[in-house]
Amino acid sequence: MAKVIIPTPLRKFTDNQASFETNSENVYDAIKALSGAFPDIQKHLFDEQGQIRSFLRIYLGDEDINVLDKEKTSLKAEDVLSIIPAIAGGKN
Amino acid sequence: MKEVRFTDQAIEKMHKHLVASYPHEGCGFFYGKIGDRKEVVEIREVENQNKTNPERIFEIAPIDYVKAERYAIVNDLDLIGVYHSHPDHPAVPSPTDLKFAQPNFSYVIVSIVKGEVAATSSWTLNESNKFIQEPVFDNVEKQITNL
Repeated sequence: MAKVIIPTPLRKFTDNQASFETNSENVYDAIKALSGAFPDIQKHLFDEQGQIRSFLRIYLGDEDINVLDKEKTSLKAEDVLSIIPAIAGGKN
Repeated sequence: MKEVRFTDQAIEKMHKHLVASYPHEGCGFFYGKIGDRKEVVEIREVENQNKTNPERIFEIAPIDYVKAERYAIVNDLDLIGVYHSHPDHPAVPSPTDLKFAQPNFSYVIVSIVKGEVAATSSWTLNESNKFIQEPVFDNVEKQITNL
């Protein structure tokens, strides 16, 4: 099964579970399966249109899915997905 | 709200990094164990990816975030939060800091004035997504939070 690494700030919504395993065939389905298992995390992952939130990045191993097949990127059993929040700020 | 407690080594390393980054904003992650309080035992520098306005903005590359999570897992540590500096500016969160703040993370801000550490503070989001201040201590129980 593919593994989804849950970012630390969102583990509050997964009973402190750091990862989630899924048989999903692509990235979108894997993230959807995660939010199905832990409904409180859904609003942090998807916008009102059901799209993965724009400020989140998803990496398959060390590669951004945006340089692969985006949300339709296929998953294999040994794949590891990371959900990445935007980390930024400054005195501005 | 939990207090944030640094080892001397961790806070000195963080301050040294941020002084060296001046007049740019420096940034990084800090790690440790979260129990009754947040015990910080290690900090790791990350490159500020903002190249257009690094005196006022910091950005961390997605791959550096992936590596930070991996580092925590491999070393059996909690990724407690993110630190960054405010060059010649108070150690209080800006609207930009709030815009990008994640829940359940601590945000340590260090004010660097004229190249020297002037203040260190820590902040976390409450249930209303507003920043609240967390007390910061060193490991001899001296409170070092100041603005």
